[in-house]
Amino acid sequence: MFELLGVVLLFTTIAAIVAIETRDLLGVVVSVSAVGFGLIIAFFFMLAPDVAIVPIVVEVLTLVILIRATLRVGLQPFVGNRDFFGFIATAAALVVVFILSMKVFEGLPKFGQPVFATIPDTPSMHYVTNGMSETGAANIVSAVILDYRAYDTLGEATVLFTAVMGAITIIRRKARKAPSEPEVQEWEE
Amino acid sequence: MHYALCLTLFMVGLYGVLMKRNLIKIIISLVILESAVNLFLIMLGYRAKGIAPIMDGTIPPDTFVRNSVDPIPQALVLTSIVIGVGVTAMTVAIALRLYERYGTYDIQEIRRLRG
Amino acid sequence: MGGMKHRGMTPIVQTTAGWVKGFTLVFGAYIVAYGHLTPGGGFAGGVILALAFVMLVLANGSKGIPRVLNIDFVAKLDSVGGLLFLGIALLGMLPGLGGAFFNNFPVKVLHIGTPFRLVSAGIIPLCNIAIAIKVASSLFLLFILLILLRIVRTDGESGE
Repeated sequence: MFELLGVVLLFTTIAAIVAIETRDLLGVVVSVSAVGFGLIIAFFFMLAPDVAIVPIVVEVLTLVILIRATLRVGLQPFVGNRDFFGFIATAAALVVVFILSMKVFEGLPKFGQPVFATIPDTPSMHYVTNGMSETGAANIVSAVILDYRAYDTLGEATVLFTAVMGAITIIRRKARKAPSEPEVQEWEE
Repeated sequence: MHYALCLTLFMVGLYGVLMKRNLIKIIISLVILESAVNLFLIMLGYRAKGIAPIMDGTIPPDTFVRNSVDPIPQALVLTSIVIGVGVTAMTVAIALRLYERYGTYDIQEIRRLRG
Repeated sequence: MGGMKHRGMTPIVQTTAGWVKGFTLVFGAYIVAYGHLTPGGGFAGGVILALAFVMLVLANGSKGIPRVLNIDFVAKLDSVGGLLFLGIALLGMLPGLGGAFFNNFPVKVLHIGTPFRLVSAGIIPLCNIAIAIKVASSLFLLFILLILLRIVRTDGESGE
């Protein structure tokens, strides 16, 4: 199972490298969907079915939105990378991230042992042991997000609401129509 | 090794955000960054040969407690994915407005044309 | 840059979408309703419901959804979902029902329901329904905003 998970993660990484280096914008959008697809399969292998259903639909929606942003407005030629000073700064940032992450990974337990099994008294142990008797729900993840940690769900609802309001404010403006175009049936008045 | 692959995904996304000039590539690199962070959170809570954190009547409770996967990272990642789609939609809305105003997606061109 | 009147797809896709739409909506409602017993819950069911409506709009064009589902109605539905979630949370603060925000009053005070059945787990199914309404209408609203509205170049810069 570990090897299969490693293959899936390798596929995801290669799709990400293809996504940011391809010149063709349609290939870029399809590669991002491949990254999401690899992520979903990795979530299923890591025994998280609740979490894996949501990105399936989110990938489809992101694909449609990105196609709208790139292909309907006309194909843009690929424009390349930034200048040399940006490259030096980026390389320095990546090296720093890599070194710090290696130090963090030394402190973590081996992959396959969860962090909460090494520490005796964590909230996760309490949720798993008493979740069914205190909330009555068989799905411990639902009990966590809607009973033990319901404030986080309230915050998430607020953030989603704000993002939608922001998108409405940015997009929905009385667009000036070109004088020679016919009236197009729209959804806004 | 799996943590290293997740780190590679994160670094690919970070490179894309810092080094690319096309605005759509920057948005896509943000999506890859957010996917890498969610993947890392779930990987922290994985138990090899474990049980998913959903009880049914057939598993005795102490076996479930000894073998289950951590439920807290799954709760956090569930929220994070939905917030990620909100952020992507908003940045694409900004990108569409920028294209309407300046006619290009190149951020150095937009900086030159601003005003 | 022309208008964005979406024309829909071929009759094969439209017929198949017409057959599948009922099944998808029922499946989404099932995942929301049984969220406390099987994998799923409010978020997963809500995004599946949003995807059912997105599929109808993509297959049939801009006229695929009844006229009542315009932006104002869907935005109001979004607010209704959020207020329902907050109302259920505030309901736990009444003096007879426990007195704490987000208190799980059907389980702790009223003792309704037995485990592993549909009527169990207290406020969790009700909150799942509120979250599903909110997430479905938010994602559908984002889809309508970014796909179907028209963007016109407002100043005469060099063309595309």
